[in-house]
Amino acid sequence: MQYRSQAVAKYYFTAAIALFVAQILFGLIMGLQYVVGDFLFPAIPFNVARMVHTNALIVWLLMGFMGAAYYLVPEEAETELFSPKLALGTFWVFLAAAALTVLGYLMVPYAGLAKMTGNDLLPTMGREFLEQPLPTKLGIVVVALVFLFNISMTILKGRKTAISLVLLMGLWGLAIFFLFSFYNPDNIVKDKYYWWWTVHLWVEGVWELILGAILAFVLIKVTGVDREVIEKWLYVIITLTLITGIIGTGHHYYWIGTPEYWQWWGSIFSALEPIPFFVMTLFAFNMVNRRRREHPNKAATLWALGTGVMAFLGAGVWGFLHTLSPVNYYTHGTQITAAHGHLAFFGAYVMVVLTMISYAMPLIRGRAANSNRAQVMEMWGFWLMTISIVFITLFLTAAGILHVWLQRMSAHPLSFMDTQAQTVLFYWLREISGLVFLGGLVAYIWSFFCKDEPAQA
Amino acid sequence: MTEVISNTQQPAKGPVVVSIPTKAHYPPGDLAIWVFILAELLAFGVFFAAYAITRTNHLALFNEMQLNLDRRSGAINTGLLITASWCVARAVAAIKENNASTSARWLGAGILAGLGFIVIKLVEYHDKLALGINLASNIFYMFYLSLTFFHFMHVLLGLAILGIVWLKTRRGGYSAQEHSGMETGASYWHMVDLVWVILFPLVYVIHSPTGL
Repeated sequence: MQYRSQAVAKYYFTAAIALFVAQILFGLIMGLQYVVGDFLFPAIPFNVARMVHTNALIVWLLMGFMGAAYYLVPEEAETELFSPKLALGTFWVFLAAAALTVLGYLMVPYAGLAKMTGNDLLPTMGREFLEQPLPTKLGIVVVALVFLFNISMTILKGRKTAISLVLLMGLWGLAIFFLFSFYNPDNIVKDKYYWWWTVHLWVEGVWELILGAILAFVLIKVTGVDREVIEKWLYVIITLTLITGIIGTGHHYYWIGTPEYWQWWGSIFSALEPIPFFVMTLFAFNMVNRRRREHPNKAATLWALGTGVMAFLGAGVWGFLHTLSPVNYYTHGTQITAAHGHLAFFGAYVMVVLTMISYAMPLIRGRAANSNRAQVMEMWGFWLMTISIVFITLFLTAAGILHVWLQRMSAHPLSFMDTQAQTVLFYWLREISGLVFLGGLVAYIWSFFCKDEPAQA
Repeated sequence: MTEVISNTQQPAKGPVVVSIPTKAHYPPGDLAIWVFILAELLAFGVFFAAYAITRTNHLALFNEMQLNLDRRSGAINTGLLITASWCVARAVAAIKENNASTSARWLGAGILAGLGFIVIKLVEYHDKLALGINLASNIFYMFYLSLTFFHFMHVLLGLAILGIVWLKTRRGGYSAQEHSGMETGASYWHMVDLVWVILFPLVYVIHSPTGL
């Protein structure tokens, strides 16, 4: 760690991992509710568990991005953070808002929560992933603005690099597109249309810039490859990402009341979305192969390579599976979407945040890399989580294909609930894979507490 | 084995000076632009394939609607783009002989031809929009507008790149020894040209009652 203010990232990373644990626990609860419908009912109904599962994911990734930015930007700008106190202050505000929101979800019926929090004044609640009460949404905006102010001022007073500028562009985009969560037109077509401007343009647009910048930063650090080379590839990747991702929004506009040409624009451009991810994979492996130093943090390198591969599989390949409009006609609203969601979020965003944590946390804690034993434990976490999420994805894909077959292709179509009864086996297998994932997460967290021992040959 | 290791163990600090022999350097320009060019060609390729498949399914409509396109302006634009590519190729040849001012003039001529394409295309769009034609008019116009506009945006990007290369050439930024940046820009421009050379006959000209 070169600058003292970078240490503020530790708070964000710690909270991110804590929320990660909450996300996985609620994922396991709802995974079980798929097969044991009344598990924990009425204490934690399925819709509440789902809300906590998805919202916790989003918030902990945001925490991870912020922590990554607070670590990365001072080092890139070669100056202390503009205001470490502001960074710490917004951390506590953000954490408190997240905790209160989760408690609200768990303790108050959702309709009551909406009434309590002023949803009548400006109705924004009740939409998937944007369920947060109005005060939370406003809090997110305030925290984001203060965060962006802090980061932007740091970059302005220091060295400007391609990596920090791409990161900044991604973070500003993140804040700007979140504003569409306040726009909730009565017309349901328009509602969905702009809802995607937050949801899609986050994960298949501006978040990819953040991902690219973080990955490029860690690759420079662990490989020692020339900055010019890495930045050049970063430019190629983000250009391809933005062109395919922005127009690719059309793959959400197939049959929701939007003009027919979206079927073409959406199909063609989103079919090309795997390309930037493929280039990213090539980029990561190429840079590691051309490395000019042997960085002692092997775990961070593993996470970086893993991000390339799993983002390509999850976001690229599993996205392509159901992105063409004639295919999506059959697969829409099946577990194939859930399969893609799991592998894409894990492969792209979970892994890139864990890459950054893996690289930065040892440095924040005063060492170039963790002990051999801690790294081995961390790699156990890597492999258990990665392999189990692949199995979760495969089982959900199988359930989705069976669903399409029984309900939508069959000569004697079954009802929705009858198809679900036929796919129970896959849901059980998914739940078991989820338990293995939890094991991987425990190993990962354990690695932070491994007692330091001299690395053994 | 030892050779491989010694190659990878260059000193980590300081810029690595690599002299690139001009003739042996292939593909010209930066490798990254070729990754980009291939991705672009793939995007257009998918679009062309979609056009071809849709055309076979709506042959009568496509044949009828195609007659409404302004083939003369399309032909002039083809000439302009090919001319622009020729100018850019002359510019690269000139810089290889260390003649920067000639090179800059050729680049300027190429940019002018490209701007001519933009003007004619805008007139063509204006005429179509004045008739109330839009993406939702029918499947042929959807493809016509989408394909040509997607290409139009590439012409703009190509012109921006050529503009930057032109400025750098005028400032003496390239020489017979080091002109990789110009070759990078020229390669991109030739891709823009190449796509149009396929797009123009495909959408404006090829006309058959059988669909083949």
